[in-house]
Amino acid sequence: MEGRDARIKRRTFLQAGLAATAAGYAISCAKSGAGAWRFFTEAEAQTVEAISAQLIPADRDPGAKEAFVVNYVDIQLTRQFKKHQRAYRQGIAALDAACRAKYGKRFVELPPEAQVEALNALEESSPSFFQLVLAHTRQGFYGDPRHGGNRNMASWRMLGLPYPPIRGRQKYSEPKAG
Amino acid sequence: MALKRVDAVVVGAGAGGGVVAKELASAGLRVALIERGKWYSAADCRKDDLYNQRTQVLGAKFGPDDERSPRVLVDQDGRETIVVASDGGYSNNAACVGGGTFSYGAMAWRYMEKDFRMRSTYGAVEGSTLEDWPIDYSDLEPYYEKAEWELGVSGDVTNNIFQAPRKKPLPMPPLAPNKEYHILFPAAQRLGLHAFDIPMLRNTVPYNDRGSCMRCRWCVGFACEVSARTGTHNTVIPAALATGNCDLRTECMTKEILLDSQGRATGVAYFDAHGRLQEQPAGLVIVCGGAIESARLLLNTKHRLFSNGLGNRYDWVGRNLQSHSYSGATGLFDYETYDDLGPGASIAICDYNHGNPGLAGGAMLANEFIRLPYQFMAQVPAWVAEWGQEHKEFVRSAFKRTIAIQGPVQEMPLFDARIQIDPKVKDHWGIPVARLSGGRHPHTIQVGRFIAGKAEAWLKEAGAIQTWKRAPGKSLSGGQHQAGTCRMGTDPKTSVVDKNCKLHDVDNVYVIDASVHVTNGGFNPVLTILANAYRASANLLKSWKSSAVNS
Repeated sequence: MEGRDARIKRRTFLQAGLAATAAGYAISCAKSGAGAWRFFTEAEAQTVEAISAQLIPADRDPGAKEAFVVNYVDIQLTRQFKKHQRAYRQGIAALDAACRAKYGKRFVELPPEAQVEALNALEESSPSFFQLVLAHTRQGFYGDPRHGGNRNMASWRMLGLPYPPIRGRQKYSEPKAG
Repeated sequence: MALKRVDAVVVGAGAGGGVVAKELASAGLRVALIERGKWYSAADCRKDDLYNQRTQVLGAKFGPDDERSPRVLVDQDGRETIVVASDGGYSNNAACVGGGTFSYGAMAWRYMEKDFRMRSTYGAVEGSTLEDWPIDYSDLEPYYEKAEWELGVSGDVTNNIFQAPRKKPLPMPPLAPNKEYHILFPAAQRLGLHAFDIPMLRNTVPYNDRGSCMRCRWCVGFACEVSARTGTHNTVIPAALATGNCDLRTECMTKEILLDSQGRATGVAYFDAHGRLQEQPAGLVIVCGGAIESARLLLNTKHRLFSNGLGNRYDWVGRNLQSHSYSGATGLFDYETYDDLGPGASIAICDYNHGNPGLAGGAMLANEFIRLPYQFMAQVPAWVAEWGQEHKEFVRSAFKRTIAIQGPVQEMPLFDARIQIDPKVKDHWGIPVARLSGGRHPHTIQVGRFIAGKAEAWLKEAGAIQTWKRAPGKSLSGGQHQAGTCRMGTDPKTSVVDKNCKLHDVDNVYVIDASVHVTNGGFNPVLTILANAYRASANLLKSWKSSAVNS
């Protein structure tokens, strides 16, 4: 009896999961086009995207920028990461200020080598903000796409784990009883 | 306004409380089982790698939520921080029906004989409150067996020559070996170690009207989608409800234990799901909230006779908070070790639980559960750059080529590793919160380093081309295996409950969860919590039946 219930729930879950994934894409597309961020200003979003692109760069596989990590961070800053809003607002401003002072340009306008240099300096001068952005970038890149990052399951494909939520179940036959 | 009187009110529907509710209700007692969390089901397995009970970066899926239940953490430098459940220092277990057993990995270990005799075996350890339990392994043996058969444990421990005597084998066979098992088993043999299949509260064949594990990768931290993994939520709690004698009330936060003028318990006060203060009169109060919340409830119960909290006449409530200092190593192989067969953890040894030269105790060692991609961040060794191309390249190339071995190192209890009531901070219901302070004993760290070295040696023998170790730090140890805060003992001056888990101070209040553990073994504690709950319930029922006062 419970087995039948579980199977029905599983099917429901599957459908719900697919719907959620589709919705996730819809959000992603809207955001990447319109630039209507939830928390970030357009300039802040550009900076966070550029930072994330250095933390997890693109190579033969997509990096954090392509996986839309900035979307994950932006969404979570209005939810679970509300308490980090100030850290981001001030941290980004401080980074851009430091870049203007040293290079006369914003972080996003720097060539890649200078961006790496600026991030090394940030890691040194503001370790807690740097670690915060690093942790969020990893979550947005390696974590579940339903939260706004890992677009097209970029990291999961890279690691050879395509479609984890579905494949984990389909690989094995149904339990015989229960 | 008082509710209808019951024979026993059980606070907390986790491992301990679930068993107690079932045993008492089955014996005909009217039981109210009060749980602060919700009752989740298999349908709550969201397979969300950022929002579950193992990885809580987007919240603790199975409670508590981040909004209503803060704690205060005092760190090694004396700095105070208000922490929420998804913060590391919070020492979260869970807040839901089943407690930790709803979303755990389900290893089901019996402690060894020496785990109940740590002081006698190793002598005094300077700076530690190390002590023997007031009961022996033999006192628990019949109840270990009862837990194994009633809830259902699978595995094959026949090759574990170190295990304490058992009368019956495990009721279910182990899962078929995964790839890591095939790699690690012959390596253990070459090293003269005695490897065997981990016992787990997990159906491997149909048992108790539930199906078997489908071996997905979403195990520890998640709801089991097919309810094949076993907790109190799908065994003893439904059984308690089926008696018709047990009333389970979820989302109810207990405020304090109610006492009469003589200091005898008359029930509990709790806030119900709508935030209304309720009084539940009861003949017995049984506290099963886990080591942190149980201590908090006692300390928050004030009375003319107990000005420092119930059971705390000699200042032992909340002391000796301990858990396990997980130590181990990760090995990188030059071929794929990942086969996507859950739960991943499959093989263990008990060769280093005791008898380690110059050391008190040790740990069981086992291979780790499947690492999901984000969880793999914690496996990246320190010599790899934290970010940039190098980090990404390492993750890409190593993700499917590692094996991690670790073990729950038995800790040396510290009097100053403790729970207090914070004088200022209150939770959503206005109840003063737990304040956590203290650290880890240096000997625990020493044992951890030794155990990490043994894990590394096993991986090297298995052919790892690179290995890196993980040893414990100095910070306070709590979390899912939290224990020790209401020590069981014979002397009321150095313990909180007697060997039947009854408070020394009051004859109708019991603590039945890992709080009473004097020491916490070198193993995951759940089977010991379950077994002790069966034992304590049996003794409680004996005295209940012989008592003429109750009816």
